[in-house]
Amino acid sequence: MALTRATVRKRKELSSPSFFYQPVHSGSAISANDFSVAEVRRILEAADALEKENPLRRATRLAKRRVALLFYESSTRTRTSFELAAKALGADTTLVSSLSSSIEKGESLKDTGITLKALGAECIILRSPYSGAPYLLARATGLPVLNAGDGMAEHPSQALLDLRTMLQFLGIRSSAVGEKTLRGVTIMICGDIRHSRVARSNALLLPRLGAKVILCGPPELLPEVAASLGSGIEINRDFDAALRRSQIVMMLRIQAERLAGLEIDLDDYRGRYQANAERIAAHAPKALVMHPGPIIRGMEITAEVADGPQSAIAQQVHNGVPIRMALVARALSGGEHGGRKGGRR
Amino acid sequence: MKAILIRGGRVIDPASGLDAARDLLLRDGKVVAVEHPGKIKAPDAETINAKGLVVAPGLIDIHVHLREPGQGYKEAIATGTAAAAAGGFTSVCAMPNTIPVNDTPEITRWMQAAERGASARVFPIAAATRGSMGEALTDYSAMRDAGAVAVTDDGKPILADAIMLEALRAAAAMGLPVIQHAEDTRLTGGCSMNAGPLAFRLGLRGMPVEAESGLVERDIALLKKVKNGHLHVAHLSTKKALDAVRAARKQGLHVTCEVTPHHFALTEERIGLYDTNAKMNPPLRGESDRAAMIKGILDGTVDAIATDHAPHAAHEKEQEFDRAPNGITGLETALGLAIKVLHVQHKMPLGRVLALLTTRPAQALGLAGRGTLAPGSPADVVVFNPAEKWVFQAAESRSRSKNTPFDGWELQGRVHVTVSEGCVAFGRQ
Repeated sequence: MALTRATVRKRKELSSPSFFYQPVHSGSAISANDFSVAEVRRILEAADALEKENPLRRATRLAKRRVALLFYESSTRTRTSFELAAKALGADTTLVSSLSSSIEKGESLKDTGITLKALGAECIILRSPYSGAPYLLARATGLPVLNAGDGMAEHPSQALLDLRTMLQFLGIRSSAVGEKTLRGVTIMICGDIRHSRVARSNALLLPRLGAKVILCGPPELLPEVAASLGSGIEINRDFDAALRRSQIVMMLRIQAERLAGLEIDLDDYRGRYQANAERIAAHAPKALVMHPGPIIRGMEITAEVADGPQSAIAQQVHNGVPIRMALVARALSGGEHGGRKGGRR
Repeated sequence: MKAILIRGGRVIDPASGLDAARDLLLRDGKVVAVEHPGKIKAPDAETINAKGLVVAPGLIDIHVHLREPGQGYKEAIATGTAAAAAGGFTSVCAMPNTIPVNDTPEITRWMQAAERGASARVFPIAAATRGSMGEALTDYSAMRDAGAVAVTDDGKPILADAIMLEALRAAAAMGLPVIQHAEDTRLTGGCSMNAGPLAFRLGLRGMPVEAESGLVERDIALLKKVKNGHLHVAHLSTKKALDAVRAARKQGLHVTCEVTPHHFALTEERIGLYDTNAKMNPPLRGESDRAAMIKGILDGTVDAIATDHAPHAAHEKEQEFDRAPNGITGLETALGLAIKVLHVQHKMPLGRVLALLTTRPAQALGLAGRGTLAPGSPADVVVFNPAEKWVFQAAESRSRSKNTPFDGWELQGRVHVTVSEGCVAFGRQ
């Protein structure tokens, strides 16, 4: 872009102090609350359609569009599935991670985003250890930002792929998704709720489809305030009792990297909250067992349960690609899959 | 220095209870006469027509960060005091967390030197301990003689009981208050906002109100052991801490406190989607705490409105919420917020609002002669229109930094002229 007077003037406007008043591109997916129920349905339908589509035709959808993956935290599932999803649609992808980039030299998130945009990125997929970082990146670049996990805050694509997994288990078609779809379904999320972005995004999303969400865990990892996330959420610290009420059980790992000095008696924790074969057989023999990973075998879940017939862990991972295809397509389509138009480019 | 005659205004001097039409003559940096309209004859004086405007003592902000020495990219004494003058302030008390920390008489004097180009009187506040490390006291006698009006380790609260007790005793011997930033940092590690449902929802670690109130209660317990001790609680933000101050006051202890405009005007909801211009310490609280601040102001428990003016560069604030520094600018919005929220919304008489910005803060930190229009006082005057509504634009701020949550806000009460020690420090055409 030539440095014309107009662009200089534009830049002056951009560096105005009201940075935090800059809009977030409507193709972004930063919070599970970004999607209306109708949008959730459209994303699920798009995921179904894209999954079924002929791969060669699918690869023409976003042919040579540029998608950047910006990862400030390690990731296996999310990063790989976002990358495969973007590539499946024909996009060029590039990965920038904190250990191999100028981030190490102290480059800010804002400047990294501006750099990626200048290189032609049209969408940025961000994972950050800092809650809220995707909003900063979205304001700084004006690009659609897909949140691949921000600190303890949210992981909306995970909530969507979890939802897809649940619907498959319950035998509910994507096109049937509405505000009452999960009425009568009780989902327990157990473990380190405090530090979990997966728990937050799921707890924000599922009750909007009619589900009852039970949060379970010790007070250190599940403060009472968690129930304030929304209606349809309750806290029950009795794992067995909660198991008996749940059709779906989602186990979470203890996030050692975010404990910040908190000390947990792990033997006691296992005794109270571990999903093991006896417990599942006794209290939830028909429930679907989920886990967003990474799992710590022998800690929150035993190998028997993780690898057992009730486990949906591999299915969750599998669902990552179609859901993320739908999100990337939505981000770059300017509203085709439900994204509102009018975002700042 | 030319004499200045301010004519035709409504003079409000909370120190004397005066609220009437008066003319005011300033000469040689002093107030020389306050008389009925038309009585003062001063043909040599420059005349300021204050018809329809309020004429009050120049405002006093007992809590500002001017960032000099050491962080001129955020603010300088010249720019910070220019912002002060634009906001109607003629006296500001500068916190010692500069680089280096103001823990020597040399730095204290340097900050007050004419070369700094200040537009308002700067009263330095000395570090309570060397380097604000919380270990060894600074030389309070030497700091006072150099011009320091209080001691504090603002931003780095004094946690050790023994050091706080020693500071209260040593300060009492010098007639200085100890100002405490009341935050038990053992409870706030990694926290960037108020504890509660919103922090949980945003995935941010929250500071419990007890981190503030607990330290205020501890300090009050220590103050009881000190003869003539004076504790001043900075930027109080919780009902619990305010209750502790109220109770201590009833017991006859010399405890004073200040509240910032943002803590009576905003709640944590202002953070929205991680807006770091709503990140400060103490953090914005919930509505019940905000309401308690208003109540404390209305019932007289609160001694001063102080801004905690804390400039930061845009590149520092345009960061992830957890990484961005705490603090907002406040000098140019304080009067407009105080009038809008306290006077208009809560019907507090204008004279009482002004008292919290003039005579009472002057009393709290012992700023002799300031905050009053009594003849013989320094010629510090603000002329403003209490009815004028205006929109604050951060981009037009005199401060070097623009980190404010009030950008684009409509405020009420606009400064027209600020006279600092007899010189026009700010004037709006």
